[in-house]
Amino acid sequence: MSDLTRLSAASLSKMISSRELSAVEVTTAHLDRIAAVEDRVHAFLHVDAEGALDAARRVDAGEITGPLAGVPIAVKDVVTTKGVPTTAASKILEGWKPPYDATIVERLKQAGMPILGKTNMDEFAMGSSTEYSAYGATNNPWDLGRIPGGSGGGSAAAIAAYEAPLAIGTDTGGSIRQPGAVTGTVGAKPTYGGTSRYGLIAFSSSLDTPGPCGRTVEDTALLHAVMAGHDPRDSTSINQPVPDVVAAARLGKNGDLSGVKLGVVKEFAGDGSEPGVLNSFKESLEALVKLGAEIVEVSCPHFEYALPAYYLIAPSEASSNLARFDGVRYGLRTGDDGSRSLEEVMSLTREAGFGPEVKRRIILGTYALSSGYYDAYYGQAQKVRTLITRDFQSAFEQVDVLVSPTTPFVAFPFGSRTSDPYQMYLADLFTIPTNLYGGPAISVPCGLSEGLPVGFQIMAPTMADDRMYRVAAALESAVGSFTPPEL
Amino acid sequence: MTYDEILTKYEPVIGLETHVELGTRTKMFCGCKTDFGAEPNTQVCPVCLALPGALPVANRAGIEATIRIGLALNCDIAEWCRMARKNYFYPDMPKNFQTSQYDEPLCTDGYVDVTVNGTEYRIGIERVHLEEDTGKTLHVGGATGRIHGATESLVDYNRAGIPLVEIVTKPVPGLGALAPEIAKAYVAELRDIVRSLGVSDVRMEQGSMRCDVNTSLNLPGEEWGTRTETKNVNSLRSVERAVRSEIIRQAAILDDGGKIFQETRHFQETTGDTRPGRSKETATDYRYFPEPDLVPIAPDPAWVASLRESLPEKPSVKRARLREDWGISEVDMQSVTNAGAVELIEETIAAGASPAGARKWWMGELARRANELDVDLAEVGATPAQVAALQKLVDAGKLNDKLARQVLEGVVAGEGDPADVMAARGLEVVNDTGALTKAVDDAIAANPEIAAKIRDGKVAAAGALVGAVMKTTRGQADAKAVRELLLERLGVS
Ligand SMILES: [Zn+2]
Repeated sequence: MSDLTRLSAASLSKMISSRELSAVEVTTAHLDRIAAVEDRVHAFLHVDAEGALDAARRVDAGEITGPLAGVPIAVKDVVTTKGVPTTAASKILEGWKPPYDATIVERLKQAGMPILGKTNMDEFAMGSSTEYSAYGATNNPWDLGRIPGGSGGGSAAAIAAYEAPLAIGTDTGGSIRQPGAVTGTVGAKPTYGGTSRYGLIAFSSSLDTPGPCGRTVEDTALLHAVMAGHDPRDSTSINQPVPDVVAAARLGKNGDLSGVKLGVVKEFAGDGSEPGVLNSFKESLEALVKLGAEIVEVSCPHFEYALPAYYLIAPSEASSNLARFDGVRYGLRTGDDGSRSLEEVMSLTREAGFGPEVKRRIILGTYALSSGYYDAYYGQAQKVRTLITRDFQSAFEQVDVLVSPTTPFVAFPFGSRTSDPYQMYLADLFTIPTNLYGGPAISVPCGLSEGLPVGFQIMAPTMADDRMYRVAAALESAVGSFTPPEL
Repeated sequence: MTYDEILTKYEPVIGLETHVELGTRTKMFCGCKTDFGAEPNTQVCPVCLALPGALPVANRAGIEATIRIGLALNCDIAEWCRMARKNYFYPDMPKNFQTSQYDEPLCTDGYVDVTVNGTEYRIGIERVHLEEDTGKTLHVGGATGRIHGATESLVDYNRAGIPLVEIVTKPVPGLGALAPEIAKAYVAELRDIVRSLGVSDVRMEQGSMRCDVNTSLNLPGEEWGTRTETKNVNSLRSVERAVRSEIIRQAAILDDGGKIFQETRHFQETTGDTRPGRSKETATDYRYFPEPDLVPIAPDPAWVASLRESLPEKPSVKRARLREDWGISEVDMQSVTNAGAVELIEETIAAGASPAGARKWWMGELARRANELDVDLAEVGATPAQVAALQKLVDAGKLNDKLARQVLEGVVAGEGDPADVMAARGLEVVNDTGALTKAVDDAIAANPEIAAKIRDGKVAAAGALVGAVMKTTRGQADAKAVRELLLERLGVS
């Protein structure tokens, strides 16, 4: 019965293509699961049962075939879906129905993947806990009193709670990997430019990267392959063949990492991480050594400036990207009673429509870009970015991939980090450098600390996404997967 | 003080910022059409409406046109540069930032030479950069279409995202009293250069070329004064008037011991003076930063070289050559240029007309017609090929001047080529000798006294009989031929 939702995307796909299962059956099972657990998890902002079933019927009619045809998916609400509400978890876009699909959504549809609905997130992807969603937080299926990570907590929780076998996330500073880590799921941030941003509501254009979320490395790779590839509508999209991540994941499964050099970032060792997180990380390293991998300590001296540089670059770009939300053309409009000036209406709309973290970052970014401060803040941050990129490049001359814990701490209780933004920002300490560099990284479950999942991060050179999938699959085969308690 | 007195006391420094709307088929960052005059908001898409998630992709044709303008203005072309975001809130700007260029313009450091009263002046070009146009706001319900008193504001985004090229001069000192005229000559030259490249229709009256004029005054030997920026300068004549009136206004203030404030002013077409714009309490901080949604522009040097090689002849060089070929004066050439008739006449000659014939039709009948219809000469309804064909009919004696004008009227009215109009309207010169001889003989018979005078040697009297013949042939005879035949019949020739 409900066991269909426990199957991997790879198994579902096989069973659908062999007609052992119908796509409608699989989609219905997931819709039923959503109906059964959403009151506790709240992973979705919008469920599109009709749209999903329509897509499933087309697969069953034989109109679409392919590796993931008929396998349902959840999409983060920051990605546009034609005719289906897309809010970026903000009041300012409440009820907005995009007239167009994001490129990655088009690709899901072409692949015959029924879209179950839109998942919860921190407003405009700004946050690490989904507590900044304008529509209420998502609860971690491992412990409903704890955060599911963020910003893509809804996508990660939906997978962990068996509401969907796969989900789309977006990663600007860790928004796919950190939720993956704290929900015991896999989340990959592809190479920047490897997946199209067209239709992704921009937070920080030079960092935003859509990517796949799944329960297994192979599932994640299968989705990666469907999403990725050049898009002429995104100028920053890379016009090169997509690395064969599916083959790499399958290769990794056989558990042989002979000759693979793993770099442990010296600057990430020790302080800042919870002991339980460090423990799991060390045990995982030992498991990888047993598979034949070699561990090399590497130094990335500028990583310690990554967090401050990120909190100048990302808010600067956001302050400009979010300027379009002014109540003139779409979304919320407040105070337009005929007595107020245009400026007042814009200002009231933004005051009412944006939440506290979004406002904080708009103000931060506006300040960092203002004349007289530009060089000291935005300009300086760009220099740091260049230095971090060099750190990565010289590290990759010595090793194949870099490894670290995904996040310094396991899922924390609601409200424990909202009063001090810096404590929240620390959640992305280990994930941010990759975004500044532009390379790919993946988080894979590697153990439990006090009953809560710990994530292991693997970072690879740009356009070498396959490498991290191989190591991730090997680690997965060594440590196994982690199942949350029954809801 | 008179204008001349002012200029003996103060030295003006001028600078010009000119926006040229490129005539690309599609917008700068999306595939929307750029047709002028389409129904509001019919040439829009997620990108140019700045819908959430939409991304720009640069139009190569816009970059190419900008580089060609830069090359024609003797600029250096950047090997690598980026677009930048200029951030400010305005409802006709969908993203609330304009995609423009800041400290990395595509073209820098060029010049334009202009000739005024026989002297050549070099105007330095600081930069040429690429940006996008905004939409248009229409205020409804107010008395004057202005925002004040309006009950509603409507925005048309058809223009939003059309590529614009901004051409900024270096400050130009040392022009003295000629500053207004040289400013005008510069804009005219710039217009001709851009037009010769075929990248824009450069029509100031339609807004596809717009000018801002910076003016300051200083005492000789002192630092340059505070400059004002005059906007809304929408014709060549206005460029000259705006500089002149700003010089006069500033001089009056300075003479009174007052101070010039750096401000934006608006030129008033009706009065010819400038008025202050809406005062901005604080200078706008545009928070420029490199546009992260677009990759840097790095034009291939080989491509730039090929664009340089394929530049058309400079308008000034071409004008001198044509003036010589056509054998006309500088003044006549100037009026041909001002009428926008250079290319039309050139093509008419290429189609077989004589320079004098070609110029006569375009600068006479057709210019008058264009003026009446308030359209550009090129859009008056006649093509160079048709004008050349018309002139050939005249040269062949098939049309006289009066008939040719009637034929041209038919051509402009869309009745077809000159030969068709001539046939359809029955306007051919009567050159059937039999018919003409009869008409001449009839005229002699009807006017025996005049005929006798002519026979007696008073040839001047022939005019009356020629007139009579022309009347009976309804103007379709060639007056010269009638005269010859008449004298022959009277045995005078
Ligand atoms: Zn468009």
